Amino acid sequence: MLNYIIRRMLYAIPILIGVNLITFTLFFVVNTPDDMARMQLGIKRVTPEAIEKWKHERGYDKPLMLNDGEEGAAKFTHTIFFEKSAAMFAFDFGRADDGRDIAHEIKSRMLPSLAIALPVFLLGLLVYITFALVMAFFRATYVDFWGVVLCVALMSISSLFYIIGGQFLISKLWHLVPISGYGGGLDAGKFLVLPVIIGVISGAGASTRWYRTIFLEEMSKDYVRTARAKGLPESVVLFRHVLRNAMIPILTGAVVVIPLLFLGSLIAESFFGIPGLGSYTIDAINSQDFAVVRAMVFLGSLLYIIGLILTDISYTLVDPRIRLE
Amino acid sequence: MKALFKYLLVPLVALLSACGGNPWNNPYPAADAGKNILYSAFAERPKHLDPVQSYSSNEILLTAQIYEPPLQYHYLKRPYTLIPATVEKMPVAQYFDKNGVQLPNDVDATQIAYTIYEISIRPGILYQPHPAFAKNEQGQFLYHDLTVKDLAEVYKLGDFSHSGTRELTAEDYVFEIKRLAHPRLHSPILGLMSDYIVGLREYSATLRTAAEAQAGQQGSDAYLDLNSYPLEGAQVVDAYTYRIKIKGKYPQFMYWLAMPFFAPIPWEAERFYTQKGLAEKNITLDWYPVGTGPYMLTENDPNRVMILEKNPNFHGETYPSEGMPRDERAGLLADAGKPLPFIDQVIFSRDKESIPRWNKFLQGYYDASGIGSDSFDQAVQLTGQGEATVTEAMKAQGIRLETEVATSTYYMGFNMLDPVVGGLSNSARKLRQAISIAVDYEEYVSIFANGRGIPAQGPIAPGIFGHRDGREGVNPVVYDWLHERPQRKPIAAAKALLAEAGYPNGMDAKTGAPLVLYFDVTSRGADDKSSLDWMRKQFQKLNIQLVVRSTDYNRFQDKIRKGNAQIFEWGWNADYPDPENFLILLSGAERKVDNDGQNSANYDNPEYNRLFEQMKNMENSPKRQQIIDHMIGILRHDAPWLWGYHPKDYGLYHAWYSNVKPNKLSNNNIKYYRIDGSLREQKRREWNEPVLWPAVLGTLALVASLFPAVIAYRRRERGTGTRQASPAAQVGTDNA
Repeated sequence: MLNYIIRRMLYAIPILIGVNLITFTLFFVVNTPDDMARMQLGIKRVTPEAIEKWKHERGYDKPLMLNDGEEGAAKFTHTIFFEKSAAMFAFDFGRADDGRDIAHEIKSRMLPSLAIALPVFLLGLLVYITFALVMAFFRATYVDFWGVVLCVALMSISSLFYIIGGQFLISKLWHLVPISGYGGGLDAGKFLVLPVIIGVISGAGASTRWYRTIFLEEMSKDYVRTARAKGLPESVVLFRHVLRNAMIPILTGAVVVIPLLFLGSLIAESFFGIPGLGSYTIDAINSQDFAVVRAMVFLGSLLYIIGLILTDISYTLVDPRIRLE
Repeated sequence: MKALFKYLLVPLVALLSACGGNPWNNPYPAADAGKNILYSAFAERPKHLDPVQSYSSNEILLTAQIYEPPLQYHYLKRPYTLIPATVEKMPVAQYFDKNGVQLPNDVDATQIAYTIYEISIRPGILYQPHPAFAKNEQGQFLYHDLTVKDLAEVYKLGDFSHSGTRELTAEDYVFEIKRLAHPRLHSPILGLMSDYIVGLREYSATLRTAAEAQAGQQGSDAYLDLNSYPLEGAQVVDAYTYRIKIKGKYPQFMYWLAMPFFAPIPWEAERFYTQKGLAEKNITLDWYPVGTGPYMLTENDPNRVMILEKNPNFHGETYPSEGMPRDERAGLLADAGKPLPFIDQVIFSRDKESIPRWNKFLQGYYDASGIGSDSFDQAVQLTGQGEATVTEAMKAQGIRLETEVATSTYYMGFNMLDPVVGGLSNSARKLRQAISIAVDYEEYVSIFANGRGIPAQGPIAPGIFGHRDGREGVNPVVYDWLHERPQRKPIAAAKALLAEAGYPNGMDAKTGAPLVLYFDVTSRGADDKSSLDWMRKQFQKLNIQLVVRSTDYNRFQDKIRKGNAQIFEWGWNADYPDPENFLILLSGAERKVDNDGQNSANYDNPEYNRLFEQMKNMENSPKRQQIIDHMIGILRHDAPWLWGYHPKDYGLYHAWYSNVKPNKLSNNNIKYYRIDGSLREQKRREWNEPVLWPAVLGTLALVASLFPAVIAYRRRERGTGTRQASPAAQVGTDNA
């Protein structure tokens, strides 16, 4: 298994280089280093000298990917792409365009992101699987029918609507929790109730339907019929046999997102005032801060790759037939 | 059931009791209830808090409370008046010729070689407590030689256990002027000030060379001791006096002395923050200001909250005892002579979205709010006389509305280099005049700005010297004066001008082709489609086809810089209350294409340029007004802009928030504000009683909906093997 993991880690390097290249190309198709400088320096009274100085200090005065003025390897290494990418692969994210240390920001924002994402993930998994099992148990009955209708309705509504609607009902009309904000320590609890509830509800439609399909597929298999024929109670069939055998597809979807929980949610964090990495990314995109955008995309790709590897490992844990070679 | 009661309900009740009646939706700690705290919100995190770099309004909102430039604006007086902040008395400009001979004050500006401002600050002003000043018993700085070990447990400025202070000196002001040219800082006014402060341009080059030399030995972030490099234009006379030397005459310089760019910075702070290891922890002067002002930044987490607290070392300053006649009636002089500041703490919470911000204001968790277009109808109504006032719902909550015409202008510019709409030919001029009449800004303000604006008659905003009200202030090219008010000329007049321009009925008389014009705008969402459609319709009145060229802001700026736009929209916020700050926007020397200046329309009229040069250095006087009138007349005739409108700012304030008088140029106003914390607390509790029945009802409904399913499950579990073979039929039968 170790060999497999090492091999997968090595595969990750060209993937990360590719992702970095695509991010770089897309970013600089839309923005020039001059644009970035103007965005940071403001609109009023910015002189061409100030722009040149800003670019020089941050290394944006070099060619993007190919330096015709240099010889040999320097043609490629004395470029914005190489200089900005090389350090990142050593996890040196450097400074944001406004001078702040990116690693420090990531560290301080990871916890607030996790504070929402983790409860939403765990609670969501519990709720979605429970409802899916109930629907599967009562398949082809009114419970199943109206459950599916409800799921389709929940899926059809934009997550923004859930956020605004939830804030309106729970915070504005019923005054039960703060509309937005964040506090440290235990104080964070009251701010997390609403985003977690909304996070769980907004994801309920698609996930419950997905799990229901998995359970129904399992329930149609021969071993379930055999278990029933043996006279096992339906609850035992469901929880001991169906649920266990349905774990592989559930794990595929669940484990891969675990590392991405650190990155937070782009929209929810903005609306609820949660100072996490999702809102950090949105801010960076809005302010054309390439250093932060690049770091966050890199981190996202890396975590996704880690998630995929974890998924593969988890297969071996839930299905003894699978061996990683 | 007992267990449920013991382990769930008892702690829940205890928790709720512990809240002590604090509303459940209160985002602030219960311990802060009733305290003398001002609650505000910010949407965008400030980029710079170093006064040499910060220029955006969201940055100056903070820096202006912390740093004290030598001058400030009188809080209540209008027109805006400069008064001392830290200086003994207002500095007086002394004029000299090229031989160093002092000239009388009324001398012609052309004879003045340089101007000297000698500025004397008041003794006894202390800085806020800060670790940069902390010393040991031997008088040595505690934190000026930090090691990696010293910084191991330091994550924010508050982690330094000692702090100190010292007296403000003239050297600190000179130090800050030198910092304008610091090679590692990006002062937005360096270019402008290099044109005025003697030797600043050369000083910038000197510092760059010194920094490069030093970087080779000590690294690029090492402390650059500006005190070792003298600057001719800014010199210390004695401990409390410094002198600024300006090229020629530049009366507007006094206004710059009221901006944080000219606030004092102690060398100790610069020395402290440039130590290795601090920048990696985001502990920089750009992040943790050090000032003498009424407040100091005690918590700086711009992702969540920024907190200002009273500076315990703040020098005495009192609330103004004079203002405008209506100020007394409005109760704005009730605190005259009382020591400032009134508020102990200001908490700025980050709320990026307008909906949560607005709702928290209505719940009493923010003390003031602007009004977005979404909430305008909910907040504001017009009286029979057309005056804006709050709606009944707002009035019931005790919310009041304060309005102020901003010292800003939003205009539509023509690129004067464009072959169709540009140039000073009769044809192009008449085309622009015709469009000026056709685009109905009264309608625009009414529809798209909810009436929050005044159609402009020229570039100068109301409240600024040179602006004229009434009949004499009306633009005769666009308006007639009828029934004691300006009346936009009929569209027939615009059509006649268009025909004279060579485009009868919107067709090119020479080619017979329809006239097509291009409107360059920044990328807009669906929300702006209606305003762009409206703009097309305005041009359609003249049978002109308007093609909207939408692009992102970077490309838009690029088009303007290169002169590739044809018609565009832009705006300007005044830096200071002088007509020069508006009229410069059309000065030929400031053309965007040639000089990368502020004249985005690239307008260049020699007569206007001549008058501008004459006017810009004059003191406010009837003669200056006369020249401005002449300049405005030229502009109206040439019509390089559609004058657009001057926006009107609307602010909503709760009943517990007093001493508020909108002041668009002065930013250090928080020290004048007053909060009634107990009234706020009472209202918050009244407005935010928790409503529990929907939650209880929802839970009951959920339980009730599951009840039949539970019964069906139990029946099935108890059922026979034959019945179990078809559980669906079982449930179906049960239901039947």
